[in-house]
Order: sequence, then structure tokens, then C-alpha cells
Amino acid sequence: MDKNVVYTDQTWQTRISAPRHKQGLWELVKATPARIGVGRTHTRPLTKTMLKLQYDHAQAIDAVRSEVSRECLQAFDLFSVDTCFQDKETYLKRPDRGRVLSNDAVKTIKEKCLSRPQVQIVVSDGLSAKAIETNLKDVYPALLDSLEASGLKPGTPFFVRGGRVACMDHIGEILKPEVLVLLIGERPGLASAHSMSAYMCYQPRQGTIESDRTVISNIHPNGTPPIEAGAHIGTVLKKMIEQQASGVRLQW
Amino acid sequence: MKTTITLLNKTYQFNNVKELLAKANEEKSGDQLAGIQAKDAEERLAARHLLAELTLSDIREHPVIPPEEDEVSRLIDEAVDEKVYQIIRNWSLAELREYLLSSQVTGKEIDWIRNGLTSEMIAAVTKIMSNMDLIQAAGKIAVETHCRHTIGQKGVLAGRAQPNHPTDDLNGIKASMYEALSYGVGDAVIGVNPVDDTPDNIKKILTMIKEEIEKWKIPTQNCVLGHVTTQMRAITEGAPADLMFQSLAGTEAANEAFGIRIDLLDEANELIHKAGTAKGPNRWYFETGQGSELSSSAHHGVDQVTLEARCYGLARKYKPFIVNTVVGFIGPEYLYDSKQVIRAALEDHFMGKMHGLPMGVDVCYTNHMKADQNDMENLALLLGTAGVNFLIGVPMADDCMLNYQSTSYHDIASVREILGLRPAPDFESWLEQMGIMNNGRLTEMAGDPSLFYTV
Repeated sequence: MDKNVVYTDQTWQTRISAPRHKQGLWELVKATPARIGVGRTHTRPLTKTMLKLQYDHAQAIDAVRSEVSRECLQAFDLFSVDTCFQDKETYLKRPDRGRVLSNDAVKTIKEKCLSRPQVQIVVSDGLSAKAIETNLKDVYPALLDSLEASGLKPGTPFFVRGGRVACMDHIGEILKPEVLVLLIGERPGLASAHSMSAYMCYQPRQGTIESDRTVISNIHPNGTPPIEAGAHIGTVLKKMIEQQASGVRLQW
Repeated sequence: MKTTITLLNKTYQFNNVKELLAKANEEKSGDQLAGIQAKDAEERLAARHLLAELTLSDIREHPVIPPEEDEVSRLIDEAVDEKVYQIIRNWSLAELREYLLSSQVTGKEIDWIRNGLTSEMIAAVTKIMSNMDLIQAAGKIAVETHCRHTIGQKGVLAGRAQPNHPTDDLNGIKASMYEALSYGVGDAVIGVNPVDDTPDNIKKILTMIKEEIEKWKIPTQNCVLGHVTTQMRAITEGAPADLMFQSLAGTEAANEAFGIRIDLLDEANELIHKAGTAKGPNRWYFETGQGSELSSSAHHGVDQVTLEARCYGLARKYKPFIVNTVVGFIGPEYLYDSKQVIRAALEDHFMGKMHGLPMGVDVCYTNHMKADQNDMENLALLLGTAGVNFLIGVPMADDCMLNYQSTSYHDIASVREILGLRPAPDFESWLEQMGIMNNGRLTEMAGDPSLFYTV
């Protein structure tokens, strides 16, 4: 049996067969990204609507479970170290472990990294390895370009497996950078399973509080465009160094 | 109070009631994160055996958080009806469980006994009840409340329409709200979570919903779920609000992290009764959920079931119209998988009803939890059989503003259909007038939001 099926966003769309007000329905559907005007079979959703929801969730699940490939890290010359996360299940249950680097990691980065760099770049899978796979190829070169244009010098970048945002503080203690930027996968939503955030901090140390961090979130092709985000990060880091501050204390 | 128990030849020791309560819990990642869980499955059962033998007075006399340190503890202890307590104080928790489940005991007896119980006693008995126990006992308790209209009657399953929008766009909110109404959802409340928590914005959304309620004569109530202080300012500036909303936690310190204290809630209570737009006695909408105290490091080493019960001890002071436990929102570090979410939902629903509260449940999960929509459908049906007052309705279960999945408008209609439940009576009459429902079933016209579209 040969059957070839191609789905696009249009194919998934379901509609109410005989709405009271056809133009009105179209205007209502257009007014919100919520899944409305989808119709029903008695009290249950139509098949395509249901499968689309399951498909979006499937992407989110895969994003949480996925790993950043070796090729991706090699392409940007990033070596990889681990936090104390142990495995995916422990990572999800124990956020505290993702905030601390393993002993091996501490040793490795002490050996390999430039100490007291002006800008420390760190990449981490966080809750979505897919976010890194999707966006790093655009964000990273744009970030390096913007550092150069701003006259800022990066140290030795690396990748952290099983990282949480606050692993910045531990890395800050070890390498004492002037500013640190962490590119990390966000918790996947149904709208996007590969959204990345850039967390930035001036002199991150143990005990840094959330409001000391500056964040650019929602970085993905349909959100904050990755290339623009990369360039913007350079500008923000420069401001932090000039003002010796980050987070809520940074003046825009 | 040091306690020991010997099961066959093995002896277990627990240093205090707080430790015993924690170790008797079903497995929860939040208790593991707090480092207070049982070492293994056998110790968990040793704790449960021992807990079953403790008396109600043992629980009361060994408070998990001393009243002198915490205003929630004080409130709960002072609310005990001493006459009832004296009658039951020597009951063991095993006896309390069997009393609640016995065929002679109905909602009427439970209405009486609750006056002698503290939140901690209710939490304690929950730990020695199985899931089916929790469903059967909760099913005896009907809690009717009245704001603009009445919900909570036996056989009624109401729904909150939750028409959130990522930028609070009024037309977007309206569109999603029309979809809800066309599925017969919105009798509990039309309630929006705002992105922008400012008085002006809250007033704007409340006003829009109010105008729609008046235009279509919808028998429901409006609410915008901002911080209580923002709502107070909006209402003082003339915003039309039927309900006041606030998230609650089970300790004074965790409530401080939420920016609230009992005296602030008292002030808000006075305002909503004076300046609110509803006439009924029940003017509050509270939300709770296991894990919030630990997330603000304000848990005092107490387990998340006991802390959740204390939220209800606080909530009942204000005779709320609806209380909603947002059961899977907080993430896998508190409830790891669907098994834990289902257990927590049944515990919360039972504990809330034991406090005499009009309990609803946000049957929900985030994408990094080990759960999916099938789990939520299972849980929605379980809660329907337990007599839950309301469920949350979100377009196709996907909240495009809060970024989590809950139950859908379709799901609420389906739970009613499968279990023979009905919308709130006033709301059902209105649905019939609108041609959306007939004899408790959706009509051909249902599910079409353009029914409410006007040029």
C-alpha cells in the first residue's frame, strides 16, 4: 500500500462545520493563539486537533529528554563538564544538584580555562537540549562578533551538562570572570520546545540573588530571533562592565 | 514526643510527631527534596501503623509549627470548637478514618465533627487513607456556596472559564471566553490570570467581563487573579469585582513570600464585602497547591500534605466561594509523575472538603513532569466521582499564557456526560435559553464561539 501524507500547519486546522457567524468565527480565532474554534464530535475534540496537541507535547517531552550532540559541541570547540545532576531523573527532582559543578568539572575548568576573563561564556542544556541544538549556531557567532565589536575579550567557553541557572555562581567562584553569560535551554512549552535563555551577571558569586541577573528569554526562530539575541547580549555585557552592575541595578 | 513501633521483629523510632507525619506520606519528590521522607517503603509503613494509633489529642498537643512562631498555627488552633474536641480527643486516627468511611456517617456528621478537628488532624488521617478512601469519604461532603449564583449542589460539576491571553488582549480573552461558554463552561467563575498585574489592567479586564456578563445575562461571577493588593487598589478605584482572589500558603513565612498576612486578608475581606459587585455571602477565590512552602524555604521541615491542609485552615476563615488546588503546576521537584499528581489531587480535594471548603482542582502538569493528557483525563474522572465542585477549563487544555496543560472545555463537558453530572442549575437554565444545552446534553449549536459574536 502506498500512501503519502504531508502535514503543514493548515492540515492540522479543524473548523466548526456550520458556525452561526462565519466571518465572526474567523475574527475570534485570529484574536488569540489559544486553540479555539476547533469544533468537536459530541463532547470530544476532532481527531486532528487532538493529535496536534499530542504532537506538540511529544516535542516538549523529547526536548526534556534529549542530549546535546557531540558534533554540536565540536562545531563551537566547546569541551563538556557535568554538574552533580547524576542523571535526568535526579536532575528534574533535585534542582540544587544542577547548581553545583562536579569535582571533576571544577578540576577540568581550572586546568583548561583562562582565569579572571573579562567575559565568560557558558552553554548548558538545562531543560531543553533541543534549544541549544536549534539556536546555538546563530546565537554563538553573533555573540562573538558583538563582543569583538564592543572590544570585549571572551575567556575559554565550555558546555555544562545538567546545569541550572544558578550554576553561574559556582563557575563565578572558580573563574572569577568580570561578567558571565549562560546560554541555557528553557522549560519547553507547547508553543515552542526549543526556546533558549541568556542569563547574564556581573561578577557572579555564591549568594548572588535572582534580581542580580539580567535575562533575555524566549530565544528561538519564532520568538526573539537568535542572531539578534546574540548581538544584543554583547551590548548588554558591555553595559554591565561599564556600570559594574547587572539585574535590577542595571540602568538602561 | 518520641515514638517507637515494632513490626514483627523490626523496631522503628520517630523523634517527634512532625517526623512521623512526614514519613507516613505517600512518596512525593517534594518531601525528598526537603530531606524528610521515609528511608524506604517499610519505614513508610511503620510510620503509618504508628500514626494510626495516635490520638487526635496527640496531634493537637504536639504542633508541627508552634503557635507562638506562626500566625497560621494560632488561627487553626483557636478555631477548634472545644466542646466537639472534648468528645473526640481520645479517638485514634484509625478510628477517625473508619468513622468517616462508615455507612452511618453522612455529610451531616462530618459537618459536626470538623468543628473539633485541626488541619493537622485532617492531614494525619489523610495519610492513612487510600485513594479510594479519599474519593468515597469526600463524596459524602457537598459544599454549597453563593456569590452571585450558587454552585456545589450534589450532582453539579461547575467549570472555571480560564480565557487567558499572552498579552491580556481584551478581544483575545473574549474569544476564548466565548468558546468556554459555548461548551457550557464558566459557571464557577470567568477568571483571568493577568500578565500585567497593575490596578488599571485588572480594572480593564474586570470591566470587560462584567459587561459581557450583563450583556448576555450570564449567571456567573467575574474575577481577575492579580495580587490581592493590586485587586484592592482596582476595586477602590471602582473596578467591578464579584470575587477577590489570592494564593495561600500554609505557614506565616511562606505567606510573607506571597506578600500577604492575615491582617491584610482581613482588610481585603472587608473591602470585597463592602465594595464588591456580588450580593452573596461567599466572596473569595483561593488557590493553593502542595510544595509552595518549600519553594520559598518556609516549610519548617513539615511535609507538603500537612502544609497544604494548613492552607485550608487559613482559607476557611474567609468562607470562600471557590478554592482551587493547582495540583501539578509547580513542577517535578515537588510532584514527579502522574502517580504523585493523582495522589496529591485526591488528598487536597478530600482535605479541603473536610474543612468544609468548596474544592475545585486544577488538574494540570508541566512538560518536564512525567505525565501527559491521558493522566489528566483519568484524574478529572476520578475527581468527578469524588464530587469535586469545579474543574478548570482551558482551550484544548493548553494555556497559552501560563504555559502548562490543564483540562479542556471539552473535558469538562465529557466528565459531565460520562458521570451524569450537570452545570450549576442557574447556569444550565441559561444554557438552555441560549440553545447550547438541552436536558443536560450539548445541542448541535454548542461549541461555536461565534454564537456570541456581535458586529
